[in-house]
Amino acid sequence: MLILTCPYCGVTGEETEFAAGGEAHLKRFGPGSSDAEFESYLFARKNEKGVTFERWRHANGCGKWFHAARCTVTLEVFGTYKAQVTEPPKEILAAIRKRRPGWEPAA
Amino acid sequence: MSDRAVSPLAGAESSGFAKVSEAGLRGMITLRGDLADAGFAGAVKAVTGCDVPGRREVVEQGGKGVAWMSPDELLVMVPHAEAEAAVAQLSQALAGSHFLAVNVSDARAVFTIEGAGAREVLAKLAPVDLSPEAFGAGQIRRTRLAQVPAAFWLSGEEVFTLVAFRSVAQYVFDLLTVSAKAGSEVGFLAR
Amino acid sequence: MSTRLATQGRLINRDKRLEFTFNGKRLQGYEGDTLAAALLANDQMLVGRSFKYHRPRGILASGSEEPNALVNLGEGARLEPNQRATTTELFHGLTATSQNHFPSLEFDIGEINNSLARFLPAGFYYKTFIHPRFAWKHVFEPFIRQSAGLGKAPKEADADRYEHFYAFVDVLVIGGGVAGLQAARAAGEAGARVLLIEQEPHWGGRAPVDGAVIEGKPAEDWVKDTLQALEAMENVTLRNRMMGAGVYDHGYALGYERVADHIPGSDLPRHRLWRIRAKQIVTATGAIERPLSFAGNDIPGVMLATAVRDYVVNYGVSPGDRTVVVTNNDDAYRTALCLKRAGLDVPMIVDVRPLVTSPLATEALQAGIRVETGKGIAKVKGRKRVTGVALCLQAGEGSVIEEVKCDAVAMSGGFSPVVHLWSHCGGKLIWDEANAHFRPDPARAPTGAQGEAFVVTAGMASGAMTTGEVLADADAAGKAAARAAGFTPRRFAAPKAAEEPSEPMAPVWMMPQGASYDLRMKMWLDFQNDVKVSDVQLAAREGYESVEHTKRYTTLGMATDQGKLSNINGLAVLADALGEDIPQVGTTTFRPPYTPISMGAIAGEARGEIFQPLRRTPIHGWHEAHGAHWEPVGHWRRPYAYPKAGETVEEAVHREVLNTRRRVGLLDASTLGKIVVKGPDAGRFLDMLYTNMMSTLKVGRCRYGLMCNENGFLSDDGVVARIDEDTWLCHTTSGGADRIHQWMEEWLQTEWWDWKVYVANLTEQYAQIAVVGPDARHVLERLGGMDVSKETLPFMGWQEGKLGGFDARVFRISFSGELSYEIAVPASQGLAFWEALMEVGEAYGMQPYGTEALHIMRAEKGFIMIGDETDGTVIPQDLGLHWAISKKKEDYLGKRAQARSFMDNPDRWQLVGLETLDGSVLPDGCYAIGEGTNANGQAEMFGRVTSTYYSPTLGRGIAMGLVHNGPQRMGEVIRFGTPDKSFVEARIVDPVFYDKEGEKQNV
Repeated sequence: MLILTCPYCGVTGEETEFAAGGEAHLKRFGPGSSDAEFESYLFARKNEKGVTFERWRHANGCGKWFHAARCTVTLEVFGTYKAQVTEPPKEILAAIRKRRPGWEPAA
Repeated sequence: MSDRAVSPLAGAESSGFAKVSEAGLRGMITLRGDLADAGFAGAVKAVTGCDVPGRREVVEQGGKGVAWMSPDELLVMVPHAEAEAAVAQLSQALAGSHFLAVNVSDARAVFTIEGAGAREVLAKLAPVDLSPEAFGAGQIRRTRLAQVPAAFWLSGEEVFTLVAFRSVAQYVFDLLTVSAKAGSEVGFLAR
Repeated sequence: MSTRLATQGRLINRDKRLEFTFNGKRLQGYEGDTLAAALLANDQMLVGRSFKYHRPRGILASGSEEPNALVNLGEGARLEPNQRATTTELFHGLTATSQNHFPSLEFDIGEINNSLARFLPAGFYYKTFIHPRFAWKHVFEPFIRQSAGLGKAPKEADADRYEHFYAFVDVLVIGGGVAGLQAARAAGEAGARVLLIEQEPHWGGRAPVDGAVIEGKPAEDWVKDTLQALEAMENVTLRNRMMGAGVYDHGYALGYERVADHIPGSDLPRHRLWRIRAKQIVTATGAIERPLSFAGNDIPGVMLATAVRDYVVNYGVSPGDRTVVVTNNDDAYRTALCLKRAGLDVPMIVDVRPLVTSPLATEALQAGIRVETGKGIAKVKGRKRVTGVALCLQAGEGSVIEEVKCDAVAMSGGFSPVVHLWSHCGGKLIWDEANAHFRPDPARAPTGAQGEAFVVTAGMASGAMTTGEVLADADAAGKAAARAAGFTPRRFAAPKAAEEPSEPMAPVWMMPQGASYDLRMKMWLDFQNDVKVSDVQLAAREGYESVEHTKRYTTLGMATDQGKLSNINGLAVLADALGEDIPQVGTTTFRPPYTPISMGAIAGEARGEIFQPLRRTPIHGWHEAHGAHWEPVGHWRRPYAYPKAGETVEEAVHREVLNTRRRVGLLDASTLGKIVVKGPDAGRFLDMLYTNMMSTLKVGRCRYGLMCNENGFLSDDGVVARIDEDTWLCHTTSGGADRIHQWMEEWLQTEWWDWKVYVANLTEQYAQIAVVGPDARHVLERLGGMDVSKETLPFMGWQEGKLGGFDARVFRISFSGELSYEIAVPASQGLAFWEALMEVGEAYGMQPYGTEALHIMRAEKGFIMIGDETDGTVIPQDLGLHWAISKKKEDYLGKRAQARSFMDNPDRWQLVGLETLDGSVLPDGCYAIGEGTNANGQAEMFGRVTSTYYSPTLGRGIAMGLVHNGPQRMGEVIRFGTPDKSFVEARIVDPVFYDKEGEKQNV
């Protein structure tokens, strides 16, 4: 069972305090978008083995959504960050590269 | 019509290695806004006499108090009969800014857990380090109490105040009571 | 025969006798005994029957690795099957019965399987029960079900209670032998918060039994001193009777504390499951002795050599008068010497090694014990207990050299470190050639949240084999764990132990090396599941190359002991059969828990009244007092109906509908979701959330709205009221309140975070009561207060004020088609308000109604219900709700999805009303059956019933359903299949059955 740190309230809690919310940094496509764009938004998930960016909510806590950069193989957490961004912040990318030299985000 | 107002469990009590009580009605206001704003802080101070608490902190004085709930939300506590007036006062003070002040007094149930074993009663139910080194006075913790969300803080050296939703008041009371059952002290936090 | 000795027994108190029963027989033991020790002391060699062949089985081990001695423990509400006698503390009044036999342990009909064993090899069931196909259901499955399972399942509810406890420590040390004690001491001295747990009721592990000498004193004394030192440390907690059950991600571990197993009925929680978060975990879990594979190694009286020693030293119990020791290592010589010292006979030590000159061997010879080297056991003689062994050359094929009379055999095949807890969370193993075992590879430890290694092994669990090595390793482990947790270890040296010189062991996986098939099919690997050497070899011949596949095919290691004794031996046999090296074949996966833990401990406090949270409205108690028949709605309980004396629930529902339609009814609608949405961007936000336009709603007015998910499917509905210029109140379904609140927060936090909107869930702040029916206005007028006339408060309006002195917000909305007011008052006053209404309503014949009357009335009006008409695949357009979908809006959640070709297609199943031709009630969920069959040979279906009721108002069955092109087929008669395979004919009609013009609600 994972432990995560909520970047809003600062609580480091166990997984049962949080709720997982799927892949982070999806771009919403609404009316006027192509079928392919809409499919990419609603259905196509990277489901990466290794470094992954996820959405989490501090459900039994401050209620805020945040993002976690974590490894699906080792389960280590590179960092958590606030949800109001469209891509992982620099310090998170740096933290990942520190432990995974040469890692590049998937397209 | 406050004489018609009843708390969820009418002040139920139980005692084991800690005393569990439903603490009756308490005025509570969910106040959302910009916590760093001076006007916001002023409005909070005017209503409660308390400063805006820091992250995960709670202040209580003279039957009133303020708890930090999230980066844009406070729980303002006043006597139950004063809650509507406090909402009005806050709304007036904050008019023109983006905020939300709503009375949630009756959506909540408040409990106290008292005694040397109080920490262990909670540690049976919440995934939180309740050792004195990790959790002390002035801190509020929102977490999971068995299967429901709850928040608690220390109101005295060996007294916890715990807030949960009103609809699950009986469940929370029963949880606390069974966890405090005499003889089931764990002896880990208080040795 | 096995018996109690006059001397020894360091763990028992001979002054305190305890009575217990086994299979109804009254027996005596001492305080400190395990059930196994007490059974042996009473010469109860035979304790159970094996799973498949019903072979007689005796006690094999002395700890948690025991595969045979499983009993039904206790009676009635405290009956628990499959309890290991070796880890059950004896208490006064204990009752145990043996398992898996009929009619008795001594005489078991199932033993016939044993005679047929030749015909019941691995995979027998898979191969046999395939043909003929029909026989599976009627012959094979009932037979297998009858034979399956070892113990009896309890029939009564568990009498005990259980609990969890969350503990946070720097260092968790699992195992209270000398390694665990030293590791805890080293970590504790560094200042770390340490929790040391031990599954047994006593500390020190094997060292005191084995005669180890530490710091110049007997291990027993060193253990006492160390315990004293640990108890004096404020930062160290010691817990015995607590097993490390599992190690999980990010330093999570489960501790299974058996608080009251040894004192049943004490009113303490029986088990406590510790949910531990540790920065570092030290596993000092020791090692388990391996059996040797020789024919008849399962006959009662054959035991592990260390277990024999344990029974003599710890409990003063001798497993036999004449014990033959068979070994491939030096340690078993300690057993021989121990037996000799206890005045018992050891006719022979059979050692597979060709030459043994170690000090222990010399000591054995000096004690007058005959040592036969290079030999093995060809077979054990006896059936229900050992009567002798036949000696052979280990290198040969099993020709008998000599027969030796004995009543016990102590065997030792070497030691395997207990690597389970290390492996649970991904710790890797390496093969140790010298000791022929897998041990933890310190370079590949389980890793935690920061990618750091968080488990370190100590002592025999690391593969250390002498007391000196064990203590040095444990000291280093304790210090390393403390350092990794952020503390500075003290520079104390590790304790020193006396030298224990020994000769290398010799791996032996089969005895003798060239055993014939007849011998191999009597060599047990997995005692509990009856897997023999011949079975694993058969699996290899049949092409099973992976150890994981072989495990499942043969059931090796799949019993409740999870192969603690059988895994290494089994995979060594497999490796040999495959011609591969053991490390290449590898091990199966170690999964928690280490030994089975009770379901009660997992559930913790969650049972009975607090099994799950029950949500109660402020009026719950009144409903209960007035005979409510309950319906669960999410975690809420809502009154389904209020049957009166002599009335059925159905009759009550019909009465409530008619009374509400004719006079006036009262509904507790407090569970309805109430979410306030406020801010300069609130209107814009709600326009995105709802399919219709909410920003244009006027203050003081209400509007019914629909919410869809991004897939376009309906997810919730409800009435929205505009409170003021920048505030809206959104009503949701009862089940949807929390979900919709979170849905709103999700969009505000993660997509439109620059929009100025705050939301709050006020569902529980208000009690909400619906006053419904032609007399509704009269009731409110009699209550007094605000003007509720049509002019002041028209249909779909709301207003705030006083009603009967209560602060109230009144909404003129209707879910029944009648004149209806929904009134919200503060929850704390909800009960008082309800009672005030009941009082004034009496004059109008007002009666409360429940959820079923609510459902019938809404169906009569053709109103949809989320969860009935919707199932996660229905879009608003399917339900004829086009009027609630704004054409003006560029965007709303779900709009893009609804533009997909298959959603935009008029050729879908759509909502209609259904009237049976005979007036009967259609079965819920039944399908409209067409002509012919589909590609799968199933009947063509083109519609289904979504809501169906008997309408007391109309005196006939009414239904709604989704039918292919339904609205274009008005008047058509179609047929529905029923569960009894008949058909019911129904006519497609308008879904509004009652008051089509909507006059009644708008008065």
